[in-house]
Amino acid sequence: MEKEILEQGLNLNRRKFLSRLSLGVGSVALGSLLIPDLFKGGSPDEDAIMAALPHFAPKAKRVIYLFQNGAPSQLESFDYKPLLNKNMGQELPESIRGGQRLTGMTAGQTSFPLVGSYFKFNQYGESRAWISEIFPHTASVVDDICIVKSMHTEAINHDPALTFFQTGAQVGNRPSMGSWLSYGLGSENSNLPAFCVLLSRGKGNGQGVYSKLWSNGFLDATHQGVQFSNSEDPVLYLKDPNSMSRDERRKMLDQIASMNDLSYREFNDPQISAKVQQYEMAFRMQTAVPEMTDVSKEPDSIIKMYGPDCLVPGTYAANCLLARKLSESGVRFVQLYHQGWDQHGDLPDQMAMQAKDVDQASAALISDLKQRGLLDETLVIWGGEFGRTNYCQGKILPHNYGRDHHPRAFSIWMAGGGVKSGMVYGETDEFGYNIAENPVHVHDFQATMLHLMGIDHERLTYKHLGRRYRLTDVSGKVIKDLIA
Amino acid sequence: MSLFRTSNSLALLTLALLAWNCTSKENKSLELAPNDQISYNFHIRPILSDKCFACHGPDANKREADLRLDTEEGAFASLKDSPGKFALVSGNLEESEVYHRITSEDTGELMPPPESNLVLTESEINLIKEWIKQGAKYEPHWAFSKAEKPALPPSNEWTKNEIDLFTYQKIISQGLEPNPVAKPHELIKRVSLDLTGLPPSPEVLDKYGDFSGPNSYEDLVDGLMSDPAFGEKLAVLWMDISRYSDSYGYQDDNIRTQWPYRDWVIHAFNENMPYDQFLTWQLAGDLLPDANKEQILATAFNRNHKYTEEGGVIDEEYRIEYVLDKTNTFSKGILGITMECAQCHDHKYDPFSQKEYYEMFAFFNNTPEKGYEGDVSVSKPAKTPILWMDQEDLSGVMSFINYQDTSKLSVSVMGELDEGEKRITYILDRGVYDAPTVPVEASTPAAILELPKNMEGNRLGLAKWTTSRENPLTARVFVNLMWQEIFGTGIVKSAGDFGMQGDLPSHPELLDWLAVDFMENGWDIKRLLKQIVTSATYQQSAAINKDHLAIDPANVYLARAPRLRLSAENIQDLVLASSGLLHKELGGPSVKPYQPEGVWEAATSGRGVLATYVQDTGKSLYRRGLYNFIKLTVPPPKAIIFDSSNRDQCEVGRGRTNTPLQALLMLNDPMVLEASRVLATRLDSEIKDDSEVIKTAFKRILCRDMNSEEEEILESYFEDQLDRFEANPEQIKPTLEVGEYPIEKSEKTARTAALMQVIVSLYNLEETITKI
Repeated sequence: MEKEILEQGLNLNRRKFLSRLSLGVGSVALGSLLIPDLFKGGSPDEDAIMAALPHFAPKAKRVIYLFQNGAPSQLESFDYKPLLNKNMGQELPESIRGGQRLTGMTAGQTSFPLVGSYFKFNQYGESRAWISEIFPHTASVVDDICIVKSMHTEAINHDPALTFFQTGAQVGNRPSMGSWLSYGLGSENSNLPAFCVLLSRGKGNGQGVYSKLWSNGFLDATHQGVQFSNSEDPVLYLKDPNSMSRDERRKMLDQIASMNDLSYREFNDPQISAKVQQYEMAFRMQTAVPEMTDVSKEPDSIIKMYGPDCLVPGTYAANCLLARKLSESGVRFVQLYHQGWDQHGDLPDQMAMQAKDVDQASAALISDLKQRGLLDETLVIWGGEFGRTNYCQGKILPHNYGRDHHPRAFSIWMAGGGVKSGMVYGETDEFGYNIAENPVHVHDFQATMLHLMGIDHERLTYKHLGRRYRLTDVSGKVIKDLIA
Repeated sequence: MSLFRTSNSLALLTLALLAWNCTSKENKSLELAPNDQISYNFHIRPILSDKCFACHGPDANKREADLRLDTEEGAFASLKDSPGKFALVSGNLEESEVYHRITSEDTGELMPPPESNLVLTESEINLIKEWIKQGAKYEPHWAFSKAEKPALPPSNEWTKNEIDLFTYQKIISQGLEPNPVAKPHELIKRVSLDLTGLPPSPEVLDKYGDFSGPNSYEDLVDGLMSDPAFGEKLAVLWMDISRYSDSYGYQDDNIRTQWPYRDWVIHAFNENMPYDQFLTWQLAGDLLPDANKEQILATAFNRNHKYTEEGGVIDEEYRIEYVLDKTNTFSKGILGITMECAQCHDHKYDPFSQKEYYEMFAFFNNTPEKGYEGDVSVSKPAKTPILWMDQEDLSGVMSFINYQDTSKLSVSVMGELDEGEKRITYILDRGVYDAPTVPVEASTPAAILELPKNMEGNRLGLAKWTTSRENPLTARVFVNLMWQEIFGTGIVKSAGDFGMQGDLPSHPELLDWLAVDFMENGWDIKRLLKQIVTSATYQQSAAINKDHLAIDPANVYLARAPRLRLSAENIQDLVLASSGLLHKELGGPSVKPYQPEGVWEAATSGRGVLATYVQDTGKSLYRRGLYNFIKLTVPPPKAIIFDSSNRDQCEVGRGRTNTPLQALLMLNDPMVLEASRVLATRLDSEIKDDSEVIKTAFKRILCRDMNSEEEEILESYFEDQLDRFEANPEQIKPTLEVGEYPIEKSEKTARTAALMQVIVSLYNLEETITKI
């Protein structure tokens, strides 16, 4: 009798599995943490959506998103505007500003003096891309990356802008892009979460991050980002209590399993067996995760490549190295946040420090993936939530100035995963204020990212409270020119 | 025509039910017998709404070919593009253009168009075909028609009250039988958890062991409902709905003081305040004649949303954002509709125009609230308008607030601008704050119920409208929430969407009967819950058999009691209560129990008093889960791991996932380990017999007696652990020294450590944190 019931449950489950599996390995839509609720049964709608994945051959299998939280200035990094140095201190022409709204930070200013980059720019690589002197390592991999100088967004404050980038909407409790990918593509490693989050902070003026940024929103909670920390417990509650050996843990779990089994015999609830499986996966994670976070076995050449900070847990460099390891092990989406990029003032000093924190390790990540043959299938993204104004916030001093938030034009870079390398895409006007050609809206960027992962952004939907939601909300187009 | 629309659509629904039952999506294909009656509400609208209304529905701006299929007039009108032709012709397939278009082989003709990524299944096409043949009759949307009490089905031996009369019919119609009644200990645990969120003590289990004599089940229910823990249990749901938190949200996320509102909610539930009054005070307590401070405090409901303290924001942009949140919370949490869809454009599925959205918005738009009151450096615990409470208030009408300090207390509440200062509300183009178009007056959506002329065009009028006997939604939505609270899933599964795209009720007549009965009996919440928990439906066993899995795996028809994992809050409550650690104190400022290091610190901007987590000590570590401090940008990780709301916005239900992170939490959380140690220490000194000591621990945690097989497993594990600690005495201290609860040196014995391991295992059993 019990056996039949279990069979029944498994069969229902298997049918769902098979319909997905029949489309080939890699299309199994399961969060890595998910032993699916046997009887939850997606709606026919959801099953159809899942069955159709991937919509076309993916170019990238995994994503590493190096989010630069606070919004690094494009004018001191990748958008070279000599006119601003030439016209230093002159007013931003009203014709260029064109009614762009201001934040309250500068709305009170009567003057909008243009301010040029404190840092020098040079051209690098075959693409002859202009890169500022504070990003020398990034410059050294310029032919492996694609700089997009024509990003634009709708939000002008940090929280809504970050939320917009990550979830496709400025407000509301929507799933993060990592959750969407976990939902759509599942994980390649059953011992690790599909969506991992790593946090670090520089010394520059910082803005917090919010756990809603890696929230599953209305998707199943198995798709939420799992935050790794730099404490001795890299994943919450991973570490066993004092004096608890692996053998003792095993013994306890076996005992719990036999007790649960008795309960199953009484109630026949498949949830009980699902629970036992979750405890087994927890046990495996306890081994798999520390192996990930342990960099002691990395060769010196790798340590040298990422820089000495990579041995200091919780730094951006350490997180980049960890991101490589996680990604290499099949984690679908690794999301880093590096805080400290909000330079309303004191920009030259702070920006130099921030760049120093991230430059070497970001470049190392590219080179490291490349030497492992993984860059082709791993999409790496570097960028913030918006850009910064070409005029100064406050007064221009010889070695000090600041820039306010600017949603109309900013730069990010992408690499690997089917993106054209050694390219600069899009252009701003000579003031660096408006986009002159090839604009890329945040939804376009998201649509392109999904496309690289083999997903049509209009077809990866989830029906919640009567509406089909998608990462790109109601717009977005794939920028084909970015794709190799 | 009367001011309030009425309808007898329930009769039509009932008719449709037979057809529905045999076409349930849960387990059978939509094969129709030739004589089945097709119902617009049950069969057709779900299809049209999902696949057609986005382009042929209420949103005039996106309407294609000027054809709308959501109204009878629109669907039967001559087609604008092809005069003389009709989308639908009653009883005539050949002349119904809809039929040709949904079956066309020409992709240019086919509906829905391929680029929409929407497809009609064969069974959906068949349903539409049959419906047209049967006359293509439209019906008003069931949830927007006034609820009427349906006739009661006959009773039988099994049925205990009206609820069972309805559920029995469904159970039988599915070819199922009701499960036998649950064992007394199961029922005692179930009803204790449902009504108080706390497990029964061994004493309660013994007292009500067989429900004999004066110790009846009903007596137990009454006792639980008069326990102050009742209000705490129900308050968790209301905190989700009212998106309660202890911080302002946004990047600096500083502390605020809204907890007196939480204390009021607990108080109101415990006092059994009628639901209509409960709503009226929260929506418009400040507008009541001679409003007292308690009534004003209740309006904090509208102020629990996020507030920005980011320097440089535009005041009006955020003020509008706050009004939007109030409007959306009211519509979703109280009316069960997704009104926010109409914020930027006419609703795609429901008959709500963008104009109506802003008419609703207008009710909340006249509070002297500001978008921005300065950055985090000048942050205060409440924002304008503020209710101040002094010692006199707190020892008088507000004595339910648990405040141990002598300073004044401030809470963000509602207020209304004076007549001359009132804001004009405009429709905002695409919902953008600086794109006002047409001015509107406060009003309510006509499709639900027009605002009667004699009701004020302010929040008090809105409250009266909401709690009017004629309002088709309020009682249905709340009764459904209570059902969901007990059975895990509402009669309408989409508890926050009673609109066209929402799920249809599994038991429409029961829902209406309960809703009307609720209103007729003074919106009495305790009475409603008592009806539910004393029903035979509720008292069934949760054991699952083969028929259940084959016919109704999701338990839609309730031929068994559900087995449901407890909420995050109630898992904490269970661990603390069963170990004896729980500190029962009602209300007060939120507490900061054990939390893994660095969780707040890793995500903070570094500004404000919540940049670092300062853990509480002493009894604050052992409060109920409801009282855990909620910092919006970093909500308590344990709660999130167990599917609780992050309180970012109004939520009316939670998921129940099963993940390895939950396993890790239960195995390694210091709270669970400390509770295990404290219980082990206590039992070790009280009970010398090994078998007895395990039995006692088992009963405290599982709320039942251990059986012999379990005894065997646990005793052998205990002996094994005893050997382990006796052989390795150096492991005793580090094992036991967890948590801040004091431990005597003499208590650090191998037996205590071994017992602690048994108890940790007990807390990790699936059954322990499951309501059976």
